[in-house]
Amino acid sequence: MTELPPARYEFGGDEFVFVELDQQMSIEANFKAMMITNALADRALDGIVDICPSNASYLIRIDPDVLSPHELVAVLRELEGQAGEVPEDYVLPTRIVDIPVLFDDPWTHEALMRFRDRHQDPDSTDLEYGARVNGFDTVQAFIDHLSGNPWLVTMLGFVPGLPFCYQLEPRERQVQVPKYVRPRTFTPERAFGIGGAFSVIYPVQGAGGYQLYGISPVPVLDVRQDHPDFAHSIVFPRVGDIWRYRSIDRAEYDQTRAQVENGQFRFRQRDVEFSPSAFLADPQAVNDRLLEVLYT
Amino acid sequence: MTGRIAVTSGGLSTTVQDLGRPGRYSIGMPPSGAMDQYSYRLANLLVGNDEGAAALEATYIGPTLEFGDERLVAVTGGDAAVTVNGEPVPTWEAFHVEAGDVLAFGMISSGARPYVAVSGGVDVPEYLGSRSTYTLIGLGGHEGRKLADGDELALGNADGAGAAGTRLPDELVPQLGPDIEVRTVVGLCSYRLTQAALDSFLSTSWKVTKDADRVGYRLRGGTLDFVEREQPFGAGSDPANVVDLGYPVGSVQVPGGDEPIVLLGDAVTGGGYATIGTVVSVDRDLFGQAKTGDTIRFRPVDVDGALAARAERAELLQRARAALRTPSTR
Repeated sequence: MTELPPARYEFGGDEFVFVELDQQMSIEANFKAMMITNALADRALDGIVDICPSNASYLIRIDPDVLSPHELVAVLRELEGQAGEVPEDYVLPTRIVDIPVLFDDPWTHEALMRFRDRHQDPDSTDLEYGARVNGFDTVQAFIDHLSGNPWLVTMLGFVPGLPFCYQLEPRERQVQVPKYVRPRTFTPERAFGIGGAFSVIYPVQGAGGYQLYGISPVPVLDVRQDHPDFAHSIVFPRVGDIWRYRSIDRAEYDQTRAQVENGQFRFRQRDVEFSPSAFLADPQAVNDRLLEVLYT
Repeated sequence: MTGRIAVTSGGLSTTVQDLGRPGRYSIGMPPSGAMDQYSYRLANLLVGNDEGAAALEATYIGPTLEFGDERLVAVTGGDAAVTVNGEPVPTWEAFHVEAGDVLAFGMISSGARPYVAVSGGVDVPEYLGSRSTYTLIGLGGHEGRKLADGDELALGNADGAGAAGTRLPDELVPQLGPDIEVRTVVGLCSYRLTQAALDSFLSTSWKVTKDADRVGYRLRGGTLDFVEREQPFGAGSDPANVVDLGYPVGSVQVPGGDEPIVLLGDAVTGGGYATIGTVVSVDRDLFGQAKTGDTIRFRPVDVDGALAARAERAELLQRARAALRTPSTR
């Protein structure tokens, strides 16, 4: 595993402490953020309001009348020292989930065509542009790559339920695309997009700057908690989830959408253990095993 | 219509707000709540409510409200002419209304957001422990949205704790003006700006643009340069981009280098723009009363300065509670 630089501790006013573990994204930085924030949660300190693990950093909100930001930083430094680097034998108990996506769909296509003047390459679609800058000969080959191996949910945020997902591929095979030059003012609900090295599903309609590639028939946010998979939380994704974005056709999209509408839909998900060191040693072997567990 | 308010006019953007909905930032849920917490709490105290009772937050143009029964009402925050049945009534003072009385607002003269507290509080259902409206997702408050003409709001039972004529002493009423200074802890990813850009950030009088709402305030007035670098893996190619991270409420980001955005109660909780500092929590109230065209200056303080500002505010609230002879609720 790669060694990380020393963490940077920053006060976000009187109520927040922001800790940057690395400026660049890596599995190591993300797992370290998870380990430290889990250890902090286990301490159950009075005065902690929010614990937010992020991609290569984390953010803590406190009630400073109960817990001083200086005390918190002392605790976090201690936890960083204890965590050290992510140990070789560290295993994350998590789940792998099948997330169907209709790529190159009419709704995101219509949205992206409305905002060509805000895009790097107004004469291509987002998919054509993404395929080209990542060295794929065809849009289909690009879609196959995005929907082949699974992704790790490394952060939630922006708006409730939005998952940031990191591709479980060696860095040289990971896709990267810029965000729009100027953000769109409209994105369809449940749109699938990529910006930087992260994919997202937009929980609700709204502004957005990620490249638009498709749409999922399934929700990631359910404010009324109508669906059984949302019984315990209004948001479905959890940091540490492993998601496989499976490319589906229009018929399956319509069928799944109908199941979501009538309350019959359930996510296909399986409990798994994920070892970051095993993944870094042989990514494809770990991915093959994850997919085997998901679909048997 | 007993125990209700008929909304004759919703005003420009009036929402139900309370202390907020903290504790769910990690799923991307901002705290929401009244933008100017001091004015909001005082409105409740004036009518004898708990400080955290749900009240109405208006924006620029207040609502017109017809009361269904006898209530105590107080208007605080942004300064506007307020009338009952066309007759002027004072602000920062509790007054009586009868069934059928109509409360209306004139143009705002200073500040941006008047608060209307009614004895008994606005009785919308709680969502995840709060009655605050979060319009981006459409939850909380009255049907998750701003008030519209023809809406009806239920009120809670007033326990008779307040009295008409209860008035906040003038020295405890915030002075609102068009030139606003907010105390700010510089940091987070401020290393992304050049030293000259950081100096310029702190010395510029930034103008509030039209793009200013409960999510955040976008400012204009200068251009800030980023330190040149090879962008780290995962960040995206723009120099303002960082690997997506959490945004503190009150944090300042500078997409494109020329328009700082200050995130407020309905903040987006994270994203990929470099943050360069955080407005101290009590000075977020000042943004709640800032309007398009006002100027903002950021005055640097360290975390101890931010904690001192917080302690001062707590002391001010204690004085206000004592002046109104209301027992402390928090």
